[in-house]
Amino acid sequence: MEKQKDFYQRLSESGVSRRDFMKFCTALTATMGLSAAWVPKVAEVFAAPKQRPPVVWLHFAECTGCSEAVLRTMYPWIDTLVLDIISLEYHETVMAAAGQQAEDTLHAAVKKYNGKFICVVEGAVATKYNGAYGKIGGRTFLEVANDVCKKAAATIAIGACATYGGIQKASPNPGGYKGVGDAIGIKTVNIAGCPPNPINFIGTVVNYLLLGKLPELDSYGRPLFAYGKTVHDQCPRRSHFENGEFVTEFGSKEAKMGYCLYEMGCKGPSTYNNCPTAKFNDGTSFPIEAGHPCIGCSEPDFWDKMSPFFESA
Amino acid sequence: MGAQFQHDHIVHFYHLHALDWVDVVNALKADPKKTAALSDNVSDAPWGGTVYFKQVAERLQTFVNSGQLGPFTNGYWGHPAYKLPPEANLMAAAHYIEALRLQAKTARMHAVFGAKNPHLQSLAIGGVTCVRDLTPDRIAEFKYLWQQTQDFIEKVYIPDLLAVASFYKDWGAIGGTSNFLAWGEFPQSDKEPESLLMPRGVIMKRNLKGVQMAKQQEVTEHVAHSWYKGDKARHPFKGETDPQHGDYNTKGKYSWFKAPRYDGEPCEVGPLARVLVAYAKGDKATQTVVNKTLADLGIPVTALFSTLGRTAARGLETVVIGQAMDGWVNELVVNLKNGNDKTYTPWKMRDGMGYGLNDVPRGSLGHWVQIEKGKIKNYQYVVPSTWNLCPRDEKGKMGPVEESLIGTPIADPKRPLEVLRTVHSFDPCIACGVHVIDPDSNQVYKIRVT
Repeated sequence: MEKQKDFYQRLSESGVSRRDFMKFCTALTATMGLSAAWVPKVAEVFAAPKQRPPVVWLHFAECTGCSEAVLRTMYPWIDTLVLDIISLEYHETVMAAAGQQAEDTLHAAVKKYNGKFICVVEGAVATKYNGAYGKIGGRTFLEVANDVCKKAAATIAIGACATYGGIQKASPNPGGYKGVGDAIGIKTVNIAGCPPNPINFIGTVVNYLLLGKLPELDSYGRPLFAYGKTVHDQCPRRSHFENGEFVTEFGSKEAKMGYCLYEMGCKGPSTYNNCPTAKFNDGTSFPIEAGHPCIGCSEPDFWDKMSPFFESA
Repeated sequence: MGAQFQHDHIVHFYHLHALDWVDVVNALKADPKKTAALSDNVSDAPWGGTVYFKQVAERLQTFVNSGQLGPFTNGYWGHPAYKLPPEANLMAAAHYIEALRLQAKTARMHAVFGAKNPHLQSLAIGGVTCVRDLTPDRIAEFKYLWQQTQDFIEKVYIPDLLAVASFYKDWGAIGGTSNFLAWGEFPQSDKEPESLLMPRGVIMKRNLKGVQMAKQQEVTEHVAHSWYKGDKARHPFKGETDPQHGDYNTKGKYSWFKAPRYDGEPCEVGPLARVLVAYAKGDKATQTVVNKTLADLGIPVTALFSTLGRTAARGLETVVIGQAMDGWVNELVVNLKNGNDKTYTPWKMRDGMGYGLNDVPRGSLGHWVQIEKGKIKNYQYVVPSTWNLCPRDEKGKMGPVEESLIGTPIADPKRPLEVLRTVHSFDPCIACGVHVIDPDSNQVYKIRVT
């Protein structure tokens, strides 16, 4: 079975040398804000033969839409990802265990893979009132994040809530919600969006595992391969913008012509994401293709900064 | 909405609920040849044969041998309440994996007209924005995905449901509740609620003959045991959501959930409530699938008031709704043929009060809004899991999930698989806590159900 092949053999079959791999681990380590002493540990995570990299997926204040989004992946299929590529040690929605059994699983995984697992966080963390707005098994989100994320080799924040606080952080933010990086003071790889395209999450993970490349990040922690250009710059309706051809009412003649949605409030010009090229659900569509203005969901604090969604800035 | 029901219910059955009934570890003991025979016997699944099941078994064996059980870590494997033979477990495990792939295709239906799934983005107040997607190729794409999904539902999901249920008929007497509310869904014309495919209604004390029309003015929300200020029950138009967090105290306040009541009574909402209301009102499509299922399993109508009934109802309404979707797509085609591609009605914001009543996969969903000077003054919504998982009200009346757990036989209080079965059967959109007390030792076990 392929998964039992030695890790470096698999890497070299993918055109990645051991040297490249160590360079990748060094880069990963640096990006995570860890000292060089961590490099061998990071390498160990991926290099151990016959062992799938352990992933602990935490849920805080969120709607589970990001988990749902990842379930829609087709390259690879989700069963391949979960059964053959990674080892999903803890994920409250899909795991069979519940209650104390689930709690035990989390503690055991964190202990067993201390410093070696990838932590994925979905959801914002409540910080006011000592985090009283969100608890799991008697512990606040804040306590869980401080405990688990700080023991991870790396933390990937997935979605608007985990990256930048999301709708929970929108004014007036009664619970003092923050993205996980802000809440506990760590660096995270931010897969932004509400929800993000699973391609961008899988791309980041699979890049680690197969190509030995950690994607470069922008100043908001987003991988540049996905968030390097604005939606506007990649928009198939861009020529209508240049020609001054705008939709001013849904369902209108202009809407049927596929004119530019800028006047309808489209935030494509100030939103960095690859929606127009990657599209969602196996390349089926994306909001502007469906005639809806971009709402800027991959930008920090978009609920406050990008609204009203249907009015041009 | 139809695609939403299909998707949600398939994922719930296979990925959020099946492992309460299916022991995947026991599947490793299965004989692939016998499994193939079982599969041929009970289902029309497009996958099968000895080689197929051998490969699935090998994949599971490799997975288990790796020592990294991932999402299957620490399940209640080997628990005496698991009743399926190894071959049925292997068949179900294979379909668990197939359903993982199928659901990604099912969700694509949303993306065809809704940009993406989850979080569709083609809805705007006044209509939809996807006028450019009303093309023959998009409609064909949608119908292809619908057909694949409906085939799966009829040839795999329902046969699996029946096969599993046949080993758990005792669950037709466990996990039931008393009252049922459905706002109803899928209007077939402008007339609502009269034209709803899944009709609106309320059933009290399991009296199917006494089914009544449900009215929004009968709804109140109690906060006596909820972490909100005040203790008075209010109609949602007068509802307040003013947090007052305190300690967890079951004699006082102990939940972020309010306690919704209909005419003062707690009500179960969701697939079972919808199917019971449709059945009681004489809906032919629903009566046909329900009666056939009861006959196939050899169980009485009263067995519907149970965990088994709830899980069966979810599957059965998926068949009914899925079948209706074909007609809706054809209506769209006729409209387009006649040159009607209207997708949007312009509107102006007005002051006033309004409500919206729907049924979504998990159950009845109500929204109540008050608009003043063009802005929202008050907004209250009462969602399915609030109905089902509410705390007690000011009179101490229990919510549906709490009621349903009374009398559940539990083989081992430290491993209460049976509790998970009933709680999961409601498809809760919440992580919640259940405490099990052993009456002999008074030992309290805390269980969190996710």
